[in-house]
Amino acid sequence: MTTSSVPLKGPGEPGEPGSPAQPSAAVDAAGPPERSLASKLAGFFAGGAVRVFLVVVALLWVTPTVGLLASSFRDPTDIAASGWWEVFSKPSQLTTESYSTLLGKEEITDALWNTVLITVPATVLVVVIGAMAGYAFAWMDFKGRDWWFVAVVALLVVPIQIALIPLADLFGDLGIFGSVLGVVLFHVGFGLPFAIFLLRNFFAEIPRELLEAARLDGAGETRLFATVILPLGGPAIASLGIFQFLWVWNDMLVALIFSDSGSRPLTVALTEQTRQFSGNIETLAPGAFISMVIPLAVFFAFQRQFVSGVMAGAVK
Amino acid sequence: MSSQLATAGGPANPVPPAGKRKSVMGTRPWVAALFLLPAIVLLGALVVYPIGYSVWRSLYDADGSGFVGLGNYGDLFSDDATFTAVKNTAIWVAVAPALVTGLGLVFAVLTERVRWSTAFKLVIFMPMAISMLAAGIIFRLVYEADPDQGVANAVVVGVHDTFAESSVYPKARPSTESDLKASGGGAFTSTGTLSAGTPALVPLVGIAPNKVPGDPGDATSAEPSGDGVSGTVWLDFKLGGGGEKGAVDAGEKALPGIKVEAVKDGKVVASAKAGDDGTFTLPAAADGAQLRLPESNFAAPYNGVDWLGPSLVTPAIIGSYAWMWAGFAMVLIAAGLAGVDRNLLEAARVDGANEWQVFRRVTVPLLAPVLVVVLITLMINVMKIFDLVFIIAPQPSQDEANVLALQLVNASFGGGNNQGLGSAIGIVLLLLVMPVMIVNIRRLRKERRR
Repeated sequence: MTTSSVPLKGPGEPGEPGSPAQPSAAVDAAGPPERSLASKLAGFFAGGAVRVFLVVVALLWVTPTVGLLASSFRDPTDIAASGWWEVFSKPSQLTTESYSTLLGKEEITDALWNTVLITVPATVLVVVIGAMAGYAFAWMDFKGRDWWFVAVVALLVVPIQIALIPLADLFGDLGIFGSVLGVVLFHVGFGLPFAIFLLRNFFAEIPRELLEAARLDGAGETRLFATVILPLGGPAIASLGIFQFLWVWNDMLVALIFSDSGSRPLTVALTEQTRQFSGNIETLAPGAFISMVIPLAVFFAFQRQFVSGVMAGAVK
Repeated sequence: MSSQLATAGGPANPVPPAGKRKSVMGTRPWVAALFLLPAIVLLGALVVYPIGYSVWRSLYDADGSGFVGLGNYGDLFSDDATFTAVKNTAIWVAVAPALVTGLGLVFAVLTERVRWSTAFKLVIFMPMAISMLAAGIIFRLVYEADPDQGVANAVVVGVHDTFAESSVYPKARPSTESDLKASGGGAFTSTGTLSAGTPALVPLVGIAPNKVPGDPGDATSAEPSGDGVSGTVWLDFKLGGGGEKGAVDAGEKALPGIKVEAVKDGKVVASAKAGDDGTFTLPAAADGAQLRLPESNFAAPYNGVDWLGPSLVTPAIIGSYAWMWAGFAMVLIAAGLAGVDRNLLEAARVDGANEWQVFRRVTVPLLAPVLVVVLITLMINVMKIFDLVFIIAPQPSQDEANVLALQLVNASFGGGNNQGLGSAIGIVLLLLVMPVMIVNIRRLRKERRR
């Protein structure tokens, strides 16, 4: 059983050490023996140049993040006086003061809690509702099933921006504009098309014998769903869950418009500090880092599911 | 969702033909309805209804009371702020996807040859995990204008100062008592002339004595020096006051490194630099010439590039986008590369093609389908770019960096209060992704028929 909707399996995926390199290595080893010494030398130096280039690129890529991290561990006076790179020559500047100041602010801890309150339900609801619909599309007969599924696929690329104004008006009428519920609902709505699409394709590949066996044992639809479909759908559900979790956790736009000062998540709380950027680095740097910690932990812990989830959902 | 549809459509992992499967449960429509109901209700209320509402709302004016037909769509091109957004979004769509795909292609091809490719890919892919807000803060810090804050300008200034001399006393100027007068372009020239045997006095002011760079020693009066012209450049001011104006008093600082020139008929005939005690000596040729302090003494220090100023702000933000998304392109292209038949590459090499020719004539054409998928995915993504611009562009230049998604928010919620225009922008964004929607549906139906 494969995750048919996820393009990345095996080769080329971080977390599979060396796999993309193997084919070329094999070819090189079996390369034509008549290669001249000159071409071997040229190849050696070209290989060296490639390595140097890649190291430089890697350094270039980590420098911005290192800068944020280093800045977050310096106190405001040092930040104003000199660049973050000074911590390498003066490690004594390192301090966790910015973090304790930041986490001592109620508005920040409240915002962090709001992020959790928004992200967890928005993820669970999308997975559960998406799995139910995905199962119905994959294994149930009903009139117009294919047309309904085409409609869901059509909704995959609808930009979230189009719903900002209508849902702001609708939620205003319902009295949930500015609440956590409004933000959650928005994310559920726009998370569902991808969830249904991904899970339906995955569930459809579950061998039919397994379902028939469970049916013969007397399982009803609900038990079949809970005991066969959900466990077997684990990999796809994990990819979807990780993608949706990160999407909501990292969202700023929806929360910027749909939350108020009591329900805003960390991203929105930080956004308000960016107006006076230079004067707020001691707040922004640790704040940004705190908001990054969970996604980075997820990234390093679940590389495979992370990559396939992000890849599959990139168009959203 | 073109990416997985396009790649999943390949022979490697076909989407199973759903139409031919039968339920194992028999037909019980009300159960199916129960399983589908939550999704259908939510999708209808939260996604489908907003599309219809936006279409209707885009035909009405700012407060929704007057019907304006397609007027709001016309404003896309006549309203200045909105038209800037249209132009910038066009720049984004034209530049960013190609740049990111190019980077991804280069990284994917080059990492094939190194053993630590997984580590490299982790580093490049990492920014995909973080929010655009965090990336925005990271790059706002990178692009800080002050070279003592932003690493981009620190590097630029460092490189610049290695090759170009910078002045040490940008704020200094001759005191009003001296006869050196501003002579245009930042230089100062004496009204009188130099004469051998009479030491020239060059009193400068404008720097606090305790803030003189390099903390030099006290100035000494220059001795007359035979045929040449000697003189002193010093800071004619000391803390606590005292001392005679225009005379070298004890405790007044020397200004070493100041360049002096002797000028006759507009031509520099001699030049010298003040030493550690502030004195200088010009050769005999300087006799009878005017004394000039060239502008290089007072040039403002080079402060690097104004990354987030009006002219560079969009390229700078595109740079940060490339940082975030190059990993995405790289991983997809590397997956495509893994499926390329190595024998084709080796055959080209045996035929005498060099690595560049193999890349250009064999690898890239074989990867074309993947590259197209990556490009289209990124184009869709870039059309909707919001957070990076919102965070990185500082208020003064945010109008210059405006993009459609940002203008939608500004027009409808950020004080513009024109939800008619905002809805029209939303519809335009939807129309722009419509071709991909149609391709997705076609592909799905083709798979059904197989």
